[in-house]
Amino acid sequence: MSDLLTCSGIGKSFGGIQALAEVGFSITPGEIYGLIGPNGAGKTTLFNVLTGIYAPDRGSLVFAGAQLAGLKPHEIVRRGIARTFQNIRLFANISALENVMIGRHARTRAGLLGAILRNAATRTEEADSESRALALLDLVGLRERANDAAGNLAYGDQRRLEIARALATEPRLLALDEPAAGMNASETRGLRELLLEIRGRGITLLLIEHDMRLVMNLCDRLLVLDYGVTIAEGAPAAIQGDARVIEAYLGAPAEA
Amino acid sequence: MVLVALALLALPFALAGAGTTWVRVTNLAILFILLSLGLNIVVGFAGLLDLGYIAFYAVGAYVYALLASPHFGIHWPFWVILPLGALVAALFGALLGAPTLKLRGDYLAIVTLGFGEIVRIFLNNLGSPVNITNGPRGIARIDAIRIGELSFARTDSFLGLDFSGPIKYYFLLLAMLVAVIFINLRLQNSRIGRAWEAVREDEIAARAMGIDTTRIKLLAFAMGASFAGVAGGMFAAIQGFISPESFVLVESVMVLSMVVLGGMGNIWGVILGALLLSFVPELLRYTVQPLQQYFFGRMLIDPEVIRMLIFGFALVLVMSFRPGGLWPSAVRKRELAARSEDPA
Repeated sequence: MSDLLTCSGIGKSFGGIQALAEVGFSITPGEIYGLIGPNGAGKTTLFNVLTGIYAPDRGSLVFAGAQLAGLKPHEIVRRGIARTFQNIRLFANISALENVMIGRHARTRAGLLGAILRNAATRTEEADSESRALALLDLVGLRERANDAAGNLAYGDQRRLEIARALATEPRLLALDEPAAGMNASETRGLRELLLEIRGRGITLLLIEHDMRLVMNLCDRLLVLDYGVTIAEGAPAAIQGDARVIEAYLGAPAEA
Repeated sequence: MVLVALALLALPFALAGAGTTWVRVTNLAILFILLSLGLNIVVGFAGLLDLGYIAFYAVGAYVYALLASPHFGIHWPFWVILPLGALVAALFGALLGAPTLKLRGDYLAIVTLGFGEIVRIFLNNLGSPVNITNGPRGIARIDAIRIGELSFARTDSFLGLDFSGPIKYYFLLLAMLVAVIFINLRLQNSRIGRAWEAVREDEIAARAMGIDTTRIKLLAFAMGASFAGVAGGMFAAIQGFISPESFVLVESVMVLSMVVLGGMGNIWGVILGALLLSFVPELLRYTVQPLQQYFFGRMLIDPEVIRMLIFGFALVLVMSFRPGGLWPSAVRKRELAARSEDPA
């Protein structure tokens, strides 16, 4: 099977700090790929490079056969990568429904004239945006909260709303930055169901997560980063026993 | 709805009874509503603070004045010049927007303030060596609007009513106002309006939703500026004379005050703000002097001074007791509520 995303030799530094050095991995269509590592390992930086918020200093990102390095965030969304944020970035003061409808931006066309004249094409598009947004709210279990301001939702609900908003862009790859952060055990179980359901719709998932139980249960493969360097890659079972991973998380064993 | 429409249609004739001045004041108030609604797109919808907005009004006014006055001997009809003024103002809007795309809040305000001053200084100094704007002396004898045989410069009788120049302008302005309100309402509730909201709320998240924030911000600047361009053209036609003096910083601040006082982001609130700030100072102008005469038997304080004093005091009061404006938008209310819950 050909890869959906192939990253190779990605480097990114900020001033003197090397956040990413020579990171490479590839994701095959339909898998759930996990990205783990201690705090400050460069996981979120990698997300920001992937989604165009930062341009990489070196390396290439090939998604569905096309080079992504140097593209702007909105161009990358159009090509089919959507993301959520570690520190939730919803449009807090507007309704949940409108948040998801804003996610339709990349897949809709109405311009200034369409908006003013509200011609047949625009009306159809608006109705379609709304019904798709409502369906996505249904998927994440927030249909009843459609008209509530996003900022008034409970924390776990906000995380799921961010997923719905990202899905509205019709991604082929959905990148989630710590989706289970701040969730209790039952919410996390619900999240797991949701992510499997999303995968069932043919969307590939890339996941940064600290909840190891969730990661080990859910991911097909894992990439472990530490100080911007890949220290391990493979199936969860293999990663769990990897000496370097254990060292990165727990520190080196004391010298006897 | 019908009652409001009838009242608006009858209004100028009632006002004309009290003197043509009041029709003129009303016309100026409508111009300020047009300006406020334009600025509301930039400040209220897209969240971009603009302190130089009056520059676009100036651009529209000068486009009209230069193309319909003896200054160059050009006398184009208004239906060509007004749209042209809107277009030129929109171009200036994009011109201002381009270098400020990465700026927000205070920084953006300073740059737009500078832009407003630059436009005014150009208008002031383009009188020599080649006389384009006639410098500080301004441009006089600007053509009144005429539609076929119907000239807005003279009075016509129709159905037993006297349609004076200002009354004709009133009806033209009213028609424009209806159109502008309609456009605003449509824009607010559209894909473009939602993209503006997204940019205002969180620019990084907006980009992650596939919004080209560069384009959408330039669109807000251009759209807002085009309204000011049309208003400026009407101003030139109504006044018959314009000079750079009409387009000073205080005017930008005034329009911004109307938007903020009325309720940023809420079209009806903004209209209310513009109406109040246009009429209250005028009312004070005519009431302060008689009241002083009545109570003290003589003039203690110059009406002009007390007028601005009361005006300033009213602004302070409204902003302390209703920080979202007199008629805030639902979104703005939520923002303020969230801020008071979380004093960090």
